[in-house]
Amino acid sequence: MTALLRATASEFAKVFSLKSWWLLGLIIVVYVGLTAAALAFFFSDIGSQLAGVGTGAPAPELDPVVAANLVYSSVTAVGLVIPLLFGALLATTEWRHGTLTPTVLAQPRRGIVLAAKGVVAAVMGAVYGVVGLIGSVGLGAPVLAALGEPTALDEPEVIGVLLRTLLATALWSLLGLGLGALLTSQIAAIVIVLAFTQFVEPILRLVASVWEWSASIGRFLPGSATDALVGAGILSSLNALDPSVPSATVDALTWWQGGLVLAALAAVLIVAASLTTMRRDVE
Amino acid sequence: MVTPTPLSIDSLTKVYGEVTAVRDVSFVARPGRVTGFLGPNGAGKTSTLRILLGLNRPTAGSALIDGQRYRDLDAPMHRVGSSLSADVFHPGRSGRNHLATLAIAAGISRARVDTVLEMVGLAEAGRRAVGGYSLGMRQRLGLASALLGDPDALVLDEPINGLDPDGIRWMRSLLRSLAAEGRTVLLSSHVLSEVQQTVDDVVVIRHGRVVFDGELSTLEAPTTRVRVDAADRAALTDALTRAGATVELGSAGLAVLGLDVARTGEVARDAGLALTHLSDESDGLESVFLALTADDVAASPPPEGGWAPPSAAAAEGSAA
Repeated sequence: MTALLRATASEFAKVFSLKSWWLLGLIIVVYVGLTAAALAFFFSDIGSQLAGVGTGAPAPELDPVVAANLVYSSVTAVGLVIPLLFGALLATTEWRHGTLTPTVLAQPRRGIVLAAKGVVAAVMGAVYGVVGLIGSVGLGAPVLAALGEPTALDEPEVIGVLLRTLLATALWSLLGLGLGALLTSQIAAIVIVLAFTQFVEPILRLVASVWEWSASIGRFLPGSATDALVGAGILSSLNALDPSVPSATVDALTWWQGGLVLAALAAVLIVAASLTTMRRDVE
Repeated sequence: MVTPTPLSIDSLTKVYGEVTAVRDVSFVARPGRVTGFLGPNGAGKTSTLRILLGLNRPTAGSALIDGQRYRDLDAPMHRVGSSLSADVFHPGRSGRNHLATLAIAAGISRARVDTVLEMVGLAEAGRRAVGGYSLGMRQRLGLASALLGDPDALVLDEPINGLDPDGIRWMRSLLRSLAAEGRTVLLSSHVLSEVQQTVDDVVVIRHGRVVFDGELSTLEAPTTRVRVDAADRAALTDALTRAGATVELGSAGLAVLGLDVARTGEVARDAGLALTHLSDESDGLESVFLALTADDVAASPPPEGGWAPPSAAAAEGSAA
């Protein structure tokens, strides 16, 4: 136990002695904040009228709570790449810079090293969730209020979304850790993280939502599971935003099922790494 | 407070795919002594040390620290301090923070970080990012991390590499004083002359096999070779042969094997011969080492005509 506490403290010290942790924080707060502000504008009456111009079709009326949830959940809609990247870097930097050698000299039991990184990934993932919410609520709520929309911040449903957002970012950070520890290559991890979150998964989710059979598989994709966990998500709500978007009628996962899907995926990756790359010779 | 901690390599073999890097290597680095682990690059030195420190797994055999595997030690950094490479630092992290992360993981006080930085002469530079360090500074930082746990034994891979002459002198006296305190010091090098003033014992490895294991002084007793000349070479040859030497006629005098310079001079005096030349042409330590580690095809043949090029390490002779 002492060994795990020391290893965890050491991993935190490693994180805070570099610049990348706050650079990632800066990126998520700006990126998520601007996204939330744009969404808040789009969901307001003014935005709806602008959107309706030209097409002649009346913009759909969104429930204020659903709209607020979509604005605040910008963290999980666009910001998950940050905790994912953090977790991946937490692992791959050890191989990239050869620091795995001193790390396992100071703590030769590599399972403890990986467990310590797990603790750091989860905690820092939740911290990035908080930072993301500072962006999404901090910019989204004033825009909603300024445009005469309710901020709905006192709604229990909205508060639930905010809290589960932290769980989601913590789990995505653990996903990144597992992925990074399994790949060991920093370049490969960064490319895969960016490609998967920015292109591959969104496309898979859109395609999967067309047919019932594919939607029943697609709801287990990490992004879909996250929307289920958090209780809000743009891609899950496309049908509500625009009824012309096809939507298969498949029961979405419950929030805890979504959380379990993410946790199981992270556990599989981390256990796989502990049995393979973490047991190898340290070169 | 130093616990005598022998480092024992026993029948160690390491195979990487098709390549056998270490073959049945056995030796012991003893407490209170500096052991030089020598061999050309790629001979298997680093693989052996990495297995000793639990970084790599042996294919067969064992490498134990006071009878235990590294990973089974209660406080590994207090028992063995090590520095294996100057490329194990994140360029964006300061040297001081690097040591701090290790100290935290190993339960070592933060005050010790500043102590070891002071010891290796990085008290100032320790606050800067390692990315701006020279190779010599990174070597010093590696040594600082090895000293962090005030360990009973030290394992250093090529510690002299990248140090300037002052640094080499400093490293020598530091390692000597650590051994004098009863600690075990095991250091590798591919150049014997770098460490011959530092080590007590020598283990020479070549193609993954131990080819010499013993005290430096036993490695240092190569065949004596004396060069001598006199006006009457025939009489001199006769006298030396009677004294038990093997004498060959070389291009620049006689090559004498089997007698040292002093005895050769005495034999000539007793025979009433005036010498025109007398010098010690014994192989230096480095050429003995090179002969041990040379590939078979290039295994040092006896020089044609009797005379090897005088080596820097050869003792000064005197002309009569």
